[in-house]
Amino acid sequence: MNDVTAVKPKIAIIDYQAGNIRSVEKALTKSGAEAVVSSIPEVIESCDGVVFPGQGACDSSMLNLRSHFLDQLILQLIANEKPFLGVCLGLQLLLQHSEEGDEECLGLIPGTVRRFPKGNKIPHMGWNEVNIISDHPVLSGVPNNSHFYFVHSYFAQPTDKDMIAATTIYGIEFCSAVAYENVVAVQFHPEKSGTTGLKIYENFVQFTKMSMDDLP
Amino acid sequence: MLTKRIIPCLDVDNGRVVKGVSFVNLRDAGDPAELARFYDKEGADELVFLDITASSDNRDTMVDVVRDVSAEVFIPLTVGGGIRQIADVRKMLEAGADKVSLNTAALQDPNVIKEASEFFGSQCIVVAIDAKRNSDIYMSLQEQNVTGWEELKVDLNTGWVVYTHGGRSPAGVDAVKWAQKVAELGAGEILLTSMDSDGHESGYDLELLSLVSSSVSIPVIASGGAGSLEHLQQAIEVGKADAVLAASIFHFGTFSIGDAKTYLANQNIAIRPLGK
Repeated sequence: MNDVTAVKPKIAIIDYQAGNIRSVEKALTKSGAEAVVSSIPEVIESCDGVVFPGQGACDSSMLNLRSHFLDQLILQLIANEKPFLGVCLGLQLLLQHSEEGDEECLGLIPGTVRRFPKGNKIPHMGWNEVNIISDHPVLSGVPNNSHFYFVHSYFAQPTDKDMIAATTIYGIEFCSAVAYENVVAVQFHPEKSGTTGLKIYENFVQFTKMSMDDLP
Repeated sequence: MLTKRIIPCLDVDNGRVVKGVSFVNLRDAGDPAELARFYDKEGADELVFLDITASSDNRDTMVDVVRDVSAEVFIPLTVGGGIRQIADVRKMLEAGADKVSLNTAALQDPNVIKEASEFFGSQCIVVAIDAKRNSDIYMSLQEQNVTGWEELKVDLNTGWVVYTHGGRSPAGVDAVKWAQKVAELGAGEILLTSMDSDGHESGYDLELLSLVSSSVSIPVIASGGAGSLEHLQQAIEVGKADAVLAASIFHFGTFSIGDAKTYLANQNIAIRPLGK
């Protein structure tokens, strides 16, 4: 068995031309992982864990994913129990469809992505509180109602309430994280949320290490 | 609750921070990464770097600045100044900027806003609006004979005029109408600077601010005129700003970010507490 503390897990960042992935890369490196930015399925598959980042429009992102065969890969990696962290659009695309576009999303999580109702400024941009209701290891050690940085106009609405790991209030109370088994996906940007955010990446690196240790 | 953001703004010339940053504890007050680290530790919610490099030959120094800062500081980073085209936007985002601010280029060709926001997402496209009360610009507008902007034309009795090229050229465009236009084109945020107030430390232009903020559904950052903590409060409460940007009061150490946060919290304004 490997010494868990000495291992530096390789964590893939799925690159499908959707936003600032440099900060994700730096956050992972700072948290003790070897970050591998790639759009090549074989390379991503060979890593110990996967971060699915993303900003921007739903339709163009789904088309980009499909053109690189990454949509099927993501579902397969999750089914194979690979540690998986979705960020922002990387949460929204896991649902079935989005009010933002016409393309079908990945459909891993039953539910829809909805636009914030009128009344508040859109995008929801800035630091807001996250009420964590899950004891998933990737979300552990983060004080409840810590502030994280958000920037989005749409939010995930999973049908199965048990999947909701955290909520945030912006006019309405919405799902700001989902977590189950090997999957964690957050609406906020931990890589832009200072030391509180880095804690999530540190947890994810540890979680990935543990899963490596579990492998035969 | 969504908190109001406090944003220090740093001017960068040829890769170095300029314009009177005077902290005692810094080894190198001109080093963008060191200042970014300092403000991050102090509790800044976001950072704005404005490239004021005069020569376009030296523009790439800003890319290096963004790369250095984003490697060490994990809070949102906006970069403005000299962004001319989509390729410039891409370069900055790839270097690690979270948002890019457009000003002159957006007025020269408003489609840049649409293209950039469709391609990269509205969340990273900020439009900077430099506005000045109309009183003394009537003649210069006549001389310029601005055409093609009928729908955005400034109302010379009530309006504020948008300026480009770092505040040197009036564009003949009404600030409120332009704000609505950029929001419609896909901008994710407006950075609104009052040229009348800027540098005077006598408060933001609250009238302009509240007018713009209530005319658009995207967030507005107040800029220009902060001289006291009360000014920050006014920008939020009266001006309805979603974020307040300031330079000199923080750079000269008049107030720390922590002072600002404590003051605003005591006025029952939602802010991100320090150390959280």
